[in-house]
Amino acid sequence: MSYVPHTREEVKEMLKAIGVSSIEDLFADISEDLRAKSFSLPEGKSEFEVKEHLERLSQKNNSFLISFLGAGFYDHYIPAVVDALVSRSEFYTAYTPYQAECSQGILQTIYEYQTAICALTDMDVANASLYDGGTALFEALMMAFRITGRNKVIIDGGLNPLYQKMLFTYTANLPLEIIKLPPQVGQVERETLYQHLDEKTVAVVLQNPNFFGTIDDYTDIVEQAHSVGALVIVSVYPIALGLIKTPGEMGVDIVTGEGQSLGLPLSFGGPYLGFLACKKQFVRKMPGRVVGATVDKEGKRGFVLTLQTREQHIRRQKATSNICTNAALCALRALIFLSVLGKTGFIELAKLNYDKSEFAKTVLKKIPGVEVLNTPTFNEFTVRISEDANEVVRKMLTKRFVPGLPLGKFFKDMNNYLLITVTEKRKKEEILRFAEALNDAINL
Amino acid sequence: MQLIFEKSVEGKRGIKIPRSDVPEAGEIPKGYQRVKAPSLPEVSELDVVRHFTRLSRLNFSIDANFYPLGSCTMKYNPKFTEQIAGLSGFSGLHPFLPFLSEDLVQGALEVIYETERLLGEITGMDAFTLEPLAGAHGELTGLLLITAFHKYHGQPKRYVIVPDSSHGTNPASAAICGYEVIIIPSDKDGCMDFKKYKERLNDEVAAVMLTCPNTLGLFNPHIKEIADLAHKAGALMYYDGANLNAIMGKIRPGDVGFDVVHLNLHKTFATPHGGGGPGAGPVGVKKELASFLPVPRVIKKDEKFVLEENLPHSIGSIAPFYGNFGVILKAYAYILLLGKSGLISVSEHAVLNANYIRARLKDYYHLPYDRICMHECVFSAVKQAKNGVHAIDIAKYLIDMGFHPPTMYFPTIVKEALMIEPTETESKQTLDQFIEAMIEIARLAEENPQMIKDAPTTTPVKRLDEVKAARNPDLRWKGE
Repeated sequence: MSYVPHTREEVKEMLKAIGVSSIEDLFADISEDLRAKSFSLPEGKSEFEVKEHLERLSQKNNSFLISFLGAGFYDHYIPAVVDALVSRSEFYTAYTPYQAECSQGILQTIYEYQTAICALTDMDVANASLYDGGTALFEALMMAFRITGRNKVIIDGGLNPLYQKMLFTYTANLPLEIIKLPPQVGQVERETLYQHLDEKTVAVVLQNPNFFGTIDDYTDIVEQAHSVGALVIVSVYPIALGLIKTPGEMGVDIVTGEGQSLGLPLSFGGPYLGFLACKKQFVRKMPGRVVGATVDKEGKRGFVLTLQTREQHIRRQKATSNICTNAALCALRALIFLSVLGKTGFIELAKLNYDKSEFAKTVLKKIPGVEVLNTPTFNEFTVRISEDANEVVRKMLTKRFVPGLPLGKFFKDMNNYLLITVTEKRKKEEILRFAEALNDAINL
Repeated sequence: MQLIFEKSVEGKRGIKIPRSDVPEAGEIPKGYQRVKAPSLPEVSELDVVRHFTRLSRLNFSIDANFYPLGSCTMKYNPKFTEQIAGLSGFSGLHPFLPFLSEDLVQGALEVIYETERLLGEITGMDAFTLEPLAGAHGELTGLLLITAFHKYHGQPKRYVIVPDSSHGTNPASAAICGYEVIIIPSDKDGCMDFKKYKERLNDEVAAVMLTCPNTLGLFNPHIKEIADLAHKAGALMYYDGANLNAIMGKIRPGDVGFDVVHLNLHKTFATPHGGGGPGAGPVGVKKELASFLPVPRVIKKDEKFVLEENLPHSIGSIAPFYGNFGVILKAYAYILLLGKSGLISVSEHAVLNANYIRARLKDYYHLPYDRICMHECVFSAVKQAKNGVHAIDIAKYLIDMGFHPPTMYFPTIVKEALMIEPTETESKQTLDQFIEAMIEIARLAEENPQMIKDAPTTTPVKRLDEVKAARNPDLRWKGE
């Protein structure tokens, strides 16, 4: 298969215009000793053959399970309209809107997306998107580092362990001291946190609901942090924000999150969507693209990439971030998802998740050997079971249930803990059957 | 056009949430509740469809316009690969599933494993990670690997060398990784000045980051000597793969001394740019660096694909999971479709197209480096600027003629730069139309410069006030 459209005749004419006799002449600068030593790839195949191959591979995956797995990445229903609209190639085959006049479509959607993220989080400003929730958190940390000029970071143990690992990887060579608090299924232990909080602290990094599902109100932590001049960064689960107190209401300085739950497929880990919002006094320290409204020379409203003097293509090594390509199409998905749900639909969706999860808790609590550990929660919670979680997982998989995430993978001493997620997609009947199967797995 | 928020009518509904089949649980405990409802739009589904359909029509895109944006490789994105990424056996896959059992995701792990091998062969590298989520993210990953390598050998270093023609992401990534940046000027041939490079190279240099061919679209024939000197000084060679589209099958970074490469799947391997992402920026390394690659690694054990988490020298994790899998799938399908001859043909015709434009326009526009180029050519509008017609004016007039403009004012070492990358998927007819348009602009710049300076006139908005946008940032809608 080839997408090169030239006829042989055309190639000849073009070579003539260039003044060379063969295509190989164009590569004359590459001397023999620099030439590829090998290029042993399979020959091309037809669409039909490649499709058959990939269909076969896709069938080697098991996606027909009843899943109670979440842990930061969620199986929510994606309305058909989301896929239909992002499939418009006027969106997906464009690039970063450097030329504003012929990119008003993308630019306006980003401006609307920024507005929607501010609405969800109750923050002043948001950027145009980052790669994912983890890199967004790292960018937020770098931002706080620049704002405060300090060097000590406190990371709560309730932060997603994947993000903790990413933060450690990224900061390994930077002059930062990272204090990591122990994992805590319930709410943040204020006293432990405050012991570390001082005038050297850049920021406190928290998550809400935390990795174990617990909801918290961080207003008091924000006050304490601000009293020593430290910032507070919170990573949030956007669907939960339909019900739970927002970072803006708590006075948080920088908010990040994984936007996958807003209309993006799980897709085995990406592409996802990192969002970042902050208070307006920090706007010029933000990483990444930002779109602003302005007027054209006739006074008509239009949109442009703005505050570009923060960015790598202008500031190079002094930029606020190295990011260039971000996640524009994923941001568009989120915007369409939020638009079609609307204000009421979004809150109802959150409530439905909460109701289903609470129902599941009630049912699971009745199983001997199952203990629900945390409250309040949104749509996921942690249970301790009387058996090894991996063993229970194995038994449950044979009954086609994915019973949640066994936490022993991340935390020692948690080998019999499961993190269970219940989204709106789980039917009552499935929850009841799940409870039955879990009972069998533990007690039979 | 009105914003979706401005179309909002109180009480209007789009998608209806299904009725609950479980008992109502009451409210979230007091003190933890959201106080004020989020001000999301209240619109019908058709309102949403019309809004975004109309917005899409305000964009130029590859599917509707020639898009010769230099350094971005805006080639045709096959419809076929889009379809592949939508297969439900891939798109619905939860990334934590292999943590429960790798048996559940054998197909997906095979895609990752095979793609890593194919990219390794294309670039001449020994091992690949697909974790990096975009090109700049690949650069950062590559530099973290390089840092780990030097630390492991007990020789932590301080500097990263980049030429002045480099992408802005190179020095920015180096800075984020904690390095100081040494910038080497270009010589009269447009390549990194070899003499100055030698002068600045020292044993505290961690890496030399090069784009090859460089952002002027020029191949540096001294690449091997640069690499040899770097290695002698204890530095590693980093290959910015943004311009790989020029050289597939001709030269492999791994064969000429590069130790680390990143690729942009959304450039060379035809995955769509999405209006600014998502992309993917896989990183390949020589075997000396393989043990530092981020985890988890996909390995093959007794004919089964498994995840390896415990690699003691690994830098850790740079993405939550295995990379932008949806993008990787498309690139994998693209490589299988084109195969060996197809990929070689890609580079040959990308270079042919760029040289054709170069040859046909050089009588009309100043060509600062007049030699055979690779996949892109960089002109300067200095001749036209004498009449007050600048690169930006030419760009805007091209929009009126239905072409997306080239990259302008980059690389910064060329005054009034216009960087044109046609890609291999554009036909001679399209190139001829573009060339005619550029010749027409050159003529108008002499005869009627004002006409160009008034452009664009056919777009939904005229030239926008960027100074106002930056001075008084209006970054979200705040109501009437």
